[in-house]
Amino acid sequence: MPQSDIAPRFATLPLQGPLTLSHLGVLRATLAAAPQNVVISLAGTGAMDTAGAWVLATYLRDTAPGSSIVEATQAQELLLQTVTAHLPPLASQLLPNRRKVLQHQRLDALERLGRAVVTGLNGLAEVLGFFGLILVRVGRTIVQPSRLRLTATVHHMQDVGLNAVPIVALMAFLIGIVLAFQGADQLRQFGAEVFVVDLIALSILRELGILLTAIIVAGRSASAITASIGSMKMREEIDAMRTLGLDPIEVLVLPRLIALFVMLPVLGFVADIAGLVGGGLMSWATLGLSPGVFQTRLLQTDVIHFVVGLSKAPFFAVIIAVIGCFQGFKVQGNSESLGQLTSRSVVQAIFMVILADATFSIFFAGMGL
Amino acid sequence: MTQSRETAIEVRGLINRFGKTVVHDGLDLDVYRGEVLGIVGGSGTGKSVLLRSIVGLQTPASGTITVLDDKVFPRPAGGKMPDARWGVMFQDGALFSALTVRENVEAPMREILDIAPATRRALANLKIAMAGLPERAGDLYPSELSGGMRKRAGLARALSLDPDIVFLDEPTAGLDPIGASEFDDLIQSLQKALALTVFLVTHDLDTLHATCDRIAVLAEKRVLVTGTMAELARVDHPWVHSYFHGPRAHAAETAALSGAV
Repeated sequence: MPQSDIAPRFATLPLQGPLTLSHLGVLRATLAAAPQNVVISLAGTGAMDTAGAWVLATYLRDTAPGSSIVEATQAQELLLQTVTAHLPPLASQLLPNRRKVLQHQRLDALERLGRAVVTGLNGLAEVLGFFGLILVRVGRTIVQPSRLRLTATVHHMQDVGLNAVPIVALMAFLIGIVLAFQGADQLRQFGAEVFVVDLIALSILRELGILLTAIIVAGRSASAITASIGSMKMREEIDAMRTLGLDPIEVLVLPRLIALFVMLPVLGFVADIAGLVGGGLMSWATLGLSPGVFQTRLLQTDVIHFVVGLSKAPFFAVIIAVIGCFQGFKVQGNSESLGQLTSRSVVQAIFMVILADATFSIFFAGMGL
Repeated sequence: MTQSRETAIEVRGLINRFGKTVVHDGLDLDVYRGEVLGIVGGSGTGKSVLLRSIVGLQTPASGTITVLDDKVFPRPAGGKMPDARWGVMFQDGALFSALTVRENVEAPMREILDIAPATRRALANLKIAMAGLPERAGDLYPSELSGGMRKRAGLARALSLDPDIVFLDEPTAGLDPIGASEFDDLIQSLQKALALTVFLVTHDLDTLHATCDRIAVLAEKRVLVTGTMAELARVDHPWVHSYFHGPRAHAAETAALSGAV
């Protein structure tokens, strides 16, 4: 027997107790105290799990290659063999690779910046391309109106329009209240309380009514559009559509675009009314400005503010729909990208809406409106 | 294989309902320690529901479930699920998509055990290697893996805590025949090395031939019959008969026989 050869020369280290993860500390301490080249006996051990086997196998391979194991049960033997076969390569083999990584870290920041710029520009080009594609499809639908999916469009109109009425109206009502309250506070110092009506009318009708509506719709509908198109993309429904000869832009994008295009001005109008009602009620409560006076003053405001405000709505609608759909089509096969792109779609849509609003402000100022 | 048989999972009188649909009606099942039990059955016979009931993801209407001498249903008051003693591999891996493969394997250890990060990392690497993944796979995210690699990563995570029982839900579904038979070999070798009890839900006749010690057939809302492949081939129930004597069954049997010779 080969063991009788070894036994007299090497000391025997009898291990005791279970060799499991929870007893790893004891096992390591015992092995650390052992001399080089021992014969480890597992006769007194109980259960052994992969962690115990891992410590033994690493010890035998890396620390004390001269040692050996005897009196292992068949199951322990098998487990040790399996674990030994799957040990990672020696640490020294890994080092060169890691050093290379470290050297590159300094260049990383520059590389990241470059990548971000290129990705941004590519993204812009892609959105423009997507927008162009949509315009072509819109043109084709205008020539052949029968191509429009009417049922889907009406469904989306209810979804993005009608269902958003309560939240939009409540938001605008509260904004009206805030404006009246804050405005009254300031204007009272000059004894010019009655101008609070102009303040409310101008800010709600021209800017806040439509802008805040667009922001709410961007948060509500851009995310919903991205998520629904994105999950269709994930489940290969869009590929299926293409193989069936259906055009995803026509089937998925146009109904949503048209629904938003029609409903966002309507929502803006609802917000205008609700904002004025809120402002009126608050002025009545804090300034004693009766509804009659409020109405008279309101009717003296130039109607151009209302027109300017609502004229922005269709543009905002297109921005929200295009960004929502575009991000939806960019979703890849995993759930993580769906979440990422959904939130990106909301952020981009809101940002672009505000940017467009600022552009409009400059434009209308230039036009003298 | 008639050795002294210790039960690992014991299901008695299990009833599962969804609304008016009864999925299981008085289902009894024994899984013995150290065996690979294959669960087969037509679509909608409640194979996955059975698995989910045993691991506690589905609350049955009635019945008792005992796993490794712990009652898991009805759960004793204040009783904890013995979840450290089993691992589940879901059909598509069900890996956490925000974590790398290594972090996925480390996640259960992080939750349950208090061990040093270096040890945890090394053990995770070991499990990843044992599941047959290359070393670099540990740093990849699940979305960067192929279907077969995702399943292996799912298996590595299921083995993370050195469980006594592993539940595998359709481990070879969606794999090419070569990948599937490699996975069968993997299950077999790990089962031996780690002395696992394997609860295997599958449709794959080749897997049944290659890995399972016993097979339980789910039909008519209960376990219709259990036995080895050879025993089931003699059962005279129409579904069982067509399952084990269909054209695919013959091909699988021939393959298994030629592999054995």
